[in-house]
Amino acid sequence: MGSASLTHAELNRRELLRLAGGLGVSLLLPPMDARSASILGDARPKSLITLWMGGGPSQLETWDPHPGSLVGGPTQAIKTRTPGLHIADLYPRVAEQIDALSVIRSLVSQEGDHARGTYYVKTGYRPDPTLTHPSVSAIAAQELPNPDLKIPSHISLGNSRWPARGGYLGDQLDAFRIFEPGRNVRNMQPRVAQDRQQRRLSNLDIVTRSFRKGREQQADQTLHQHTVERALTMMQSKQLAALDLQQESPATLERYGDSRFGRGCLAARRLIQEGVRAVEVTLRGFDTHANNFEGHAQQAEQLDPALSSLIQDLREFKLLSSTVVLCVGEFGRTPKINKLDGRDHWPNGFSCLLGGGGLKNGIVIGSTDPSGQRQKPQDPIPIADLYATILKVLRIDYAQEQITPIGRPLAYSNGTPIKRLFADA
Amino acid sequence: MIRHRILIVPILLICVIVAWAARSPIDPITSPITSQPADDLDQSVRTLNDALRHRWSALDLQPAKPATELQTLRRLSLALHATAPSLEEVRRFQQDAQPLRLRRWTAQLLSDSRYGDALAERFARSLVGTDEGTFIVYRRDQFVEWLKQQFIANRDYAAVVREMLTAEGLWTGQPATNFVIAAYANQDLDEAKLASRTVRMFLGQRMDCAQCHDHPFDDAWKQADFEGLTAYFGQTSLGLFGIENRALRNKQTVEFEVEDRSTLEKRVVSPRVPFHPEWLPEQGSRRQQLARWITHPQNRRFERATVNRVWGLLFGAAYLSPVDDLPHPDDTSRDVLDVLGQDFREHGYDLKRLIQVIAASDAFRLDSRHPENRSLELEQLKAEWAVFPLVRLRPDQVIGAMFQASSIRTIDQQSHLLTRFKRFFSEREFIDEYGDLGDRELEQRTGTIPQALLRMNGKITNEATRVGLFNAAGSIANMTQSATDCVDASFLVCLTRRPDPAERDHFVRQLQLARNKSERERVVEDLFWALFNTPEFSWNH
Repeated sequence: MGSASLTHAELNRRELLRLAGGLGVSLLLPPMDARSASILGDARPKSLITLWMGGGPSQLETWDPHPGSLVGGPTQAIKTRTPGLHIADLYPRVAEQIDALSVIRSLVSQEGDHARGTYYVKTGYRPDPTLTHPSVSAIAAQELPNPDLKIPSHISLGNSRWPARGGYLGDQLDAFRIFEPGRNVRNMQPRVAQDRQQRRLSNLDIVTRSFRKGREQQADQTLHQHTVERALTMMQSKQLAALDLQQESPATLERYGDSRFGRGCLAARRLIQEGVRAVEVTLRGFDTHANNFEGHAQQAEQLDPALSSLIQDLREFKLLSSTVVLCVGEFGRTPKINKLDGRDHWPNGFSCLLGGGGLKNGIVIGSTDPSGQRQKPQDPIPIADLYATILKVLRIDYAQEQITPIGRPLAYSNGTPIKRLFADA
Repeated sequence: MIRHRILIVPILLICVIVAWAARSPIDPITSPITSQPADDLDQSVRTLNDALRHRWSALDLQPAKPATELQTLRRLSLALHATAPSLEEVRRFQQDAQPLRLRRWTAQLLSDSRYGDALAERFARSLVGTDEGTFIVYRRDQFVEWLKQQFIANRDYAAVVREMLTAEGLWTGQPATNFVIAAYANQDLDEAKLASRTVRMFLGQRMDCAQCHDHPFDDAWKQADFEGLTAYFGQTSLGLFGIENRALRNKQTVEFEVEDRSTLEKRVVSPRVPFHPEWLPEQGSRRQQLARWITHPQNRRFERATVNRVWGLLFGAAYLSPVDDLPHPDDTSRDVLDVLGQDFREHGYDLKRLIQVIAASDAFRLDSRHPENRSLELEQLKAEWAVFPLVRLRPDQVIGAMFQASSIRTIDQQSHLLTRFKRFFSEREFIDEYGDLGDRELEQRTGTIPQALLRMNGKITNEATRVGLFNAAGSIANMTQSATDCVDASFLVCLTRRPDPAERDHFVRQLQLARNKSERERVVEDLFWALFNTPEFSWNH
């Protein structure tokens, strides 16, 4: 609209990309014979599950405890299946499954603000006024499309405050949000019976046709018709059954835990099975500026059963080698305990769990100072490297520069993959 | 006895105060609006139209035919109040036979406090972002309220901008200070962020590339330019009494330092403007000097950037995109932004008047239909504003229109408190699900699947379509005389137009086939549903 310069070639390319983007389909489709979702093992296209710990989980009360030290507080440590690795005693079930993943204890970010920190840790880039970076999950959905999929390829479960976004890749790659996984998926079902729904749709047809008269081109560019058709396809798709948790046994439901997060992790597993590429499940409540130890114990009641069950199921269903699992928050918490028995924001050395998808398991990277004096951890890993690693194992060219809509070239990640996490390093 | 009589005075006083506080912010419309628009406005509109037509004939473009006045009223309502005209407003408009109907109605829309709300929120997004922040040292809500009052009072916009840039004091007592405070992160002022926002919003330039290196495409912006501008914020500090200017610390001048990105050495940067240093005043704090330079009458970037943004408010898309990255003003030719900008400046940076000029222009009155169907030609027509563009409405506009369409009466400051309350809370939820674009509202977007799902199956659509005792669908289903009236009223309420013959036939037939009251109601519900889900409803046209 009134751009300073608009060449013929640019117009067509832009329109073409917009149309393709609007349909959610990449222009470079590999030929697919069998349904990709049914392939298992190494040949299966890869997916990404991000378990988002909203609020900033304390590394000392999760994967990097320092019991008995000045800053350790009452948290004790327990052994895990990984030799030499101890985690907080709040996570006995995760301790049994953590050998499937690796632990990074030395993530560093310069962002101590929730909104900025979340942006940074979800995209690998710090907030920038000129454009919005796509989250890594959106990149995965963009670069690894699944043409058999009628439901969205990028989904966010739970009540995320800042859900993963498509950024400059386009709104259609924003995570599709499902607030209450397992419960009646709202907005996915028509409000009236079949015959009335049919009448509504034929009414819509008449009125839309009137609108299009004299405005065909402009009306088509809105992609309104396409999005409505895709929405209807989704509403009628059998793949939606992935979200119906009643199809699982009560034992399974109990194993994951009767919480929104537990159901979210179970839904995530089912969605991955169905062929969804990127799922984000959010657990909020880690921002314990007061009563840190009680708060984290409460969080563990949800996280321990859900995370351990998810890993267990990925193993059992032979999905682990094709599913990257990342468990992280926007930053960690201060080693120093404040006056309210809480911990404050700490982007200077925090933890995440990362594994699956072909990454090496059982590796522990970095360490933090048990006395809490030194800010900088041993072997600091910048966020960009975390994502270069994930994108590389997903077989996405992380370093190739994309041309963003403002004309600025930008790589998906400007970090370096962590060699130790790759089997062929 | 005397004690009782003394009580009457305070009680009376309280009654008077309550009555005064409860008075509506707009005069109730009981008679047609007859105020005469100024002759001067005519001249400005003519000048703008001449500039537009000159462009169109030079490029051999045939502009679209004019849109109906009712359609234009809908556009104005959506732009200035983020809602669609109510059925009672539509009726009154249709009965208004006085001349210059649209100009008078534009003036009326501008005098309603909802205009202040709408403009304040749109501008606030680019001024301070959308995040609510820590709340302890930042009050976005108070900033928006302050902006709203400035816009309602229609204060000289250059003066408003200067106040934002130079304000001192607490974020609560001096709400304008929140513009500066919004750039604080972790107790430190991010001068670069503040400079970047300032330049984008007030000068219409994106200098952000120049923070790290010379601008790759634009020779005019060098890294030194960016640093020089940023230094004007270098003596700002946040203390016990809020924002203040600190030129001295321990008897030494406070200097602005930057850390070199490659050598990591710190160096002092003096305040310096990239061009026309003669526009700087002799006196004043650094921020005051910068404010005067930005709003200098000869600094055409200021007026162009503002006009571009106000154009975006009315059309849904800025005159030149991106809204905050304009080409340098050309001294050899005058484009529409120059014409409007000069008019804006010469009338004391009067925003309401600017809106009236644009709203009365030929470009704003054009239809969005055009016989030209070839892609390249259509793009050119859009680029030159020879056809009205189709622009996706924001979620607050969609829900505003839906709420209004579910009521016969106008929902405004005079409405029942419960209605406004309900709207406020549902609105937040709807906007979150629909997708709030934050400060990137003016970038072009297509629709998304979650939005389609929300419109088709969402709770709010369901409530807005369901026939109820006191809502529009109910009234229209049960109180209109004929099937034709029923269909016409539905279209007017939802789309601010009458149905065309094919549409009318289709729905009248459905009503005639209805055997009883409840079947009739269902026909109306399904009609409303279709009207809410057509692209016509959620796209501006």
